[in-house]
Amino acid sequence: MKTGTERVKRGMAEMQKGGVIMDVVNAEQAKIAEEAGAVAVMALERVPSDIRAAGGVARMADPRIVEEVMNAVTIPVMAKARIGHIVEARVLEAMGVDYIDESEVLTPADEEYHLNKRDYTVPFVCGCRDLGEAARRIGEGASMLRTKGEPGTGNIVEAVRHMRKVNAQVRKLVNMNADEVMTEAKLLGAPYELLLEIKELGRLPVVNFAAGGVATPADAALMMELGADGVFVGSGIFKSDNPAKFARAIVEATTHYQDYKLIAELSKELGTPMKGIEISTLAPEARMQERGW
Amino acid sequence: MIKVGVLALQGAVREHVQAIEACGAEAVVIKKKEQLANVEGLVMPGGESTAIRRLIDKYDFMDELKKFAQAGKPMFGTCAGLILLARNVVGHDEPHIGVMDVTVERNSFGRQRESFEANLTISGIAENYNAVFIRAPHIVNAGENVEILAKHHERIVMARDGNLLGCSFHPELTDDYRITAYFIEMIKETIV
Repeated sequence: MKTGTERVKRGMAEMQKGGVIMDVVNAEQAKIAEEAGAVAVMALERVPSDIRAAGGVARMADPRIVEEVMNAVTIPVMAKARIGHIVEARVLEAMGVDYIDESEVLTPADEEYHLNKRDYTVPFVCGCRDLGEAARRIGEGASMLRTKGEPGTGNIVEAVRHMRKVNAQVRKLVNMNADEVMTEAKLLGAPYELLLEIKELGRLPVVNFAAGGVATPADAALMMELGADGVFVGSGIFKSDNPAKFARAIVEATTHYQDYKLIAELSKELGTPMKGIEISTLAPEARMQERGW
Repeated sequence: MIKVGVLALQGAVREHVQAIEACGAEAVVIKKKEQLANVEGLVMPGGESTAIRRLIDKYDFMDELKKFAQAGKPMFGTCAGLILLARNVVGHDEPHIGVMDVTVERNSFGRQRESFEANLTISGIAENYNAVFIRAPHIVNAGENVEILAKHHERIVMARDGNLLGCSFHPELTDDYRITAYFIEMIKETIV
């Protein structure tokens, strides 16, 4: 009997496919999310848009909040650790969190190295903007990926860019001759063996969710249309006027992402979604997607 | 060709489709209840049972799924799918579909860090079967007509109740297709 195997860690993410993972900051929100049909919750001290507004250094959530959320729901609970912060990750693992997000939403602890995620029993999800970044994270042991998008903006444009980029690069790789792969590995900064595996499979070897800017049911459906395996919704739900209704609508739009009449129905009278930020107005240092290497 | 549906509201749908096709049957991805009329057996995949249940209710699947089982058409639940089939779920007043005569307990091996792979002997199906358990349930009690097919550390992890087959683990996560092949044989027996 073996725990923490690659199959067990990647398999956990496979079970989340077609679902919505919601950011929550307390037990009450976690219950609303579970009730709405979320496949997991991300326990946080503040949602990304509040982290953005607060400024300063953003760290792992208070373990008491994570614990409270774990006690409130039976679905899996995820939590964020800073990039490269070995101890935050170990603390979350020791608490029994089901998945750790090594996340650019928090202020990085290491500007050179990500965590060696193979060392842990708990699985990790990491953000990516292109195939090189995706492959480096998988190489380090990430069991699940997500687009970085631009968190806390309510603007889907960056998540769309990242999802399209990764999928276009996978398609290009699949159509390459074998003798072109090494140079592609060099150009992407990606492990060669992993690119060969992706070429063989015709897809990434782990699940890839959309994240960073999903604000409406139509946004969630758009990301599924573009090939996402599922959706993370951060600030969108609990920054809207009617979180329970909003959460249900996002779940349904993700399941039936090509049923446009249904999406029209469930988008009616949802109230005001989160305000949203135009990306070009963000100062370069305020762009979370640039964090990670 | 035998048509096997995979309930595709949420979860590991693609893997089951691959397993079914590898066994020489046709897989049908079921998103609407009307599609159930076109298949001879149904796989309920792993995923999050609470999320799948909500979507079952939302899209009025429940009666159709019960009728499917009552008509004697084979159903196979893996992990969350087993929870949906079970007659009793520990800690819940009401079952989900509630057609298989077993009591299951959710997340009974612990949280994700306790998830594991183990070697099983599955009665009449496979020796040396590598089973992947992810936040898995187990069968606490089985009715007298239920055939117990596999145990892990004295816990029942796979059983058959007539035309209903359920397991705690995820056969779809490996490329060992013996269990899917067994399920397809179950379907063939109902057609002859």
